[in-house]
Formats: sequence, C-alpha cells, structure tokens
Amino acid sequence: MEHLLEIKNLSKIFTLHNLGKKIHAVSGIDISLKQGEFIGITGKSGSGKSTILKSIYGTYKIQEGSIRYNSKKYGPINLTTATAREMIYLRKHEIGYVSQFLSVMPRTSARELVKQSLMEMGTPQEKADWETEKMLEHFELDKELWDSYPATFSGGEKLRLNIARAMVKRPRLLLLDEPTASLDLDSKMKVKVLIEQLIKEGTTMLGIFHDLEFMENLCDREYSMQNGMLSNSISY
Amino acid sequence: MTGYERPVLSVKHLNKQYGRGCLKCVNKASLLKNYCPSCGTVYACQDISFDVHPGEVVGIVGESGSGKSTLMKCLYFDQEVTDGEAYISVYENGEKNLFQQSAQQKRYIRNNVMGKVYQNPLLGLKMDFSSIGNIAEKLISAGNRHVKMMESRGIELLDKVNIPVHRRKEAPKKFSGGMQQRVQIAKALSNNPPLLLLDEVTTGLDLSVQASVLDLIKELQRELNISIVLVSHDLSVIRMLADRTFVMLEGKVIEEGLTDQILEDPQASYTQQLVHSML
Repeated sequence: MEHLLEIKNLSKIFTLHNLGKKIHAVSGIDISLKQGEFIGITGKSGSGKSTILKSIYGTYKIQEGSIRYNSKKYGPINLTTATAREMIYLRKHEIGYVSQFLSVMPRTSARELVKQSLMEMGTPQEKADWETEKMLEHFELDKELWDSYPATFSGGEKLRLNIARAMVKRPRLLLLDEPTASLDLDSKMKVKVLIEQLIKEGTTMLGIFHDLEFMENLCDREYSMQNGMLSNSISY
Repeated sequence: MTGYERPVLSVKHLNKQYGRGCLKCVNKASLLKNYCPSCGTVYACQDISFDVHPGEVVGIVGESGSGKSTLMKCLYFDQEVTDGEAYISVYENGEKNLFQQSAQQKRYIRNNVMGKVYQNPLLGLKMDFSSIGNIAEKLISAGNRHVKMMESRGIELLDKVNIPVHRRKEAPKKFSGGMQQRVQIAKALSNNPPLLLLDEVTTGLDLSVQASVLDLIKELQRELNISIVLVSHDLSVIRMLADRTFVMLEGKVIEEGLTDQILEDPQASYTQQLVHSML
C-alpha cells in the first residue's frame, strides 16, 4: 500500500429516527495521503469538513465507502470496519486528533493531561515528565498554569494545551480540526512552528483550516468542500 | 486483529429470566417489552455477550429496568443465571465456566478475583462493623489470617480512598454517603482483583462527592490497571470513564461501540433519544 491513508467513495448519512429524516453529510469523498504529506481542507461551516475527520477517527460510523489506513501494528486496515478495540489502540498510538474544543477529564491538571497522553503509549515516567515540560514550555503556557485545571483557562490557552496533548505523541497521522480557529497571531505562529517541525519529522497530517493564508504556506495539497462534496483541489 | 489479546472477562450468551416461562413466550415473540403477559415471566437479560480487556473500562447504559443491574448481579453471583457462560482469565486459566462452579468455588471467585461496589452501601457493607473490619472481612474470606497484615492493608486502602485513618474503627453507619461509597471501594479493592464491578456508584451523591468518587475510580484504574465494568444511567459518568459502551434496552444489548461514537453518532432510535435527553 503506497498511501498512508486512502479514503474511497466515503459517504456519511445521519438517520434521525425521531424526525424520520436522513441527512447526507458528505458523499463520494476520495482523498489519499502519502506518508509525510500535509493536506488541507477548506469550505464553509456545515460543508462536511469535520465529518470527514470524525469518520477517520471513528467517532462517526460509516455505512458507505472505505477508509484504508496503513497501520504500523495492524498493517492495512479499513477504519470503517475496525473494531472498537483496534480503534482504541490506534488512537493511543498512531492517530491523533485535535479539535477546536478542549474536552478533557475534569479536575486534571494541564501537566497531568499531557503526561497521560504519553503514559498511555507506554512512555516511562521520567521521560514523560520531561517531554511534558518541554511541550508546555514550547507552547509558552504560563508555568503557573501547569498544575491548575484547564477549565479555568482562556480559549487560546485551552487550545494550545489541546494541541500539545495531541502533538506530544508524535502520531503517524494527525487530524487537525480547525486548530487555529480562535488563536491570536502569536499563538498561531507557535502552532505553525510545531506543524513545520512535525512535517520535518514526517508526520502525515490532514487539517481543516479557515485561515487560508496559514494553510497555503504549509500544505502540499488543498481541497475545498461544498455541500458535502469535494469541489476542487489545488497542489502547491 | 494481529496478536491475540486475551480478555480478563468473557461473557457468552448470558440469559436471566424471572419466572418459568410458558409456551406462549418461549420464542419471545409475544413479549410486551421483556414481559410475558400470559405467565408473568420477565426476561431481564437476553443473550448478552461481551469481553472486557486488561485495563479497560466498559460502560453499560440504559434506562431503569433495562437489565443493567441484573447483569451485574449475575456476574457477581448475587443471582443465578438462567443460562450462559462467563470466564475470567485468572481463574482456572479462563477455561471453566464460572456459572457452573460449586457454591464454594463461586465464593472463592467473589472474594479473590472480583470486587463489586453497590449503589446501595447497605448491600456492600456491614453498617455496624468498623470500616477496617469491613475490609478485613473480605480479606478473611479470601483466606487471610494475619491480623497485623490485614490491619496495615486496611489502613493503606482507607488512606488511598481518602478516609481519615483515625476514623478506621468507626462504623460506616456514622459516615456520609460518599464516605460509605469510598469504604465500599476500599473493600472491593482489598484483594487486588483484576476485575471491578461498579453498579451506579455515584447515583444519589451530591456533585462534589460524586466528583471525588469518580476521580478516585479514574486514579485507581490508571494506577492499578484494573478492568472495570461500570453501570450507570448518567451519560456524563460514562463519557468520563468508559472506553467502550454498551446500550441496553429491555434486557438486550442494542448498540455498542466507542464511547464517543455512541454519544456523537448514536445509531439506534432509543440511543438517540437517550443521548438527546442529556442535559
């Protein structure tokens, strides 16, 4: 398998039983990513961008189409039919997801959150401590905040923590769901530096961005979406 | 899946019915929900199968009367199953059906390889015994006879669940609901069981106490890598703790999957209704 990720003819239909309705979120999606590629998706809100990412991550169940992922552990695997156990493993070790919202365990400090990401991969305690601090430092999260609960953080701080938590794992495939949406320029630049570093390290990424300028400087290819379908792609 | 991963608990085709059944309900077609109107038999659990892996938290959600607690009772031998199989990897190398063991063996399994925390502390604790005595009871049942060792283990556990050690000789009836729940957890953990059954452990506790019990469970799971089956009708508890979730309705598992998938993309009509009822 040449590609790390190969989405073929993906469609997602939500069946709403109480309304007796079916909603076509996306249809006929074909996207392929080679190892180390960074591909961006743009489009209006509601055009189905996040649906694609959530389908890859297993948050949405897919009835039509396939998502072939070349796993380090399992080899080529179709994510739409993978078991929950397989998805849990892949999420812990291979596929990262950064959403625009921080959804975390309540009453867990920022330091603990990042550290847990590493610990669940089996990183030894000391190394996890060290890498956690390095990551928090990189994102210039105020040292005073390290041991407090993220529920009290500002939007930008939450987001930076969210990215730190996903990136610290150095995943093989990183899904970015508008990771810079509510960041100020300074924070955006920090994310950019990290993304560039990840690109250098060969991380494959699929990201949704509103900020076209931000994306164009980084992406290998860009797709735009309209009404649940890919309308065109541009390669840089 | 490459590389065979061995489950800690494996349940196969578990059935539990209350009542003898009759010719009319034998094929379960004429049931009203899970109740036979002719003979009054209740089919509380119907053909339930699942695995729990090492270190995994499996959540079970469903409305009252869906069979969640019955399932837990069957697994802890509080009730006899009608039929079905269950295997635990650390008991007889996971080759013997637990439900077919003698009463004595079942007691051994309960006391040595499982721990259970009940919604109602009255069921899990002897309210007039001292708290440390409650823990010792489980240790004694498991064959311990060394008083000093049991005492130090008791103190260690009470400390772990944040019960002030100087109150160890007090009876749980003097404790608040949250403290009683924590003593139950300490008792359930006393023999380092690989499997913990938690039945609505936070129901009825106020928010801050609920939080401390949940934090404790999460911490224990992370530290000790225990496998947990967690029954709750509170979806936020499930979201916080469970890796995978089963949805039960009328005695059957109607949906299962990753917890975030169940909550964000529920498939069954009932699950959608349940998720949409969330505050």
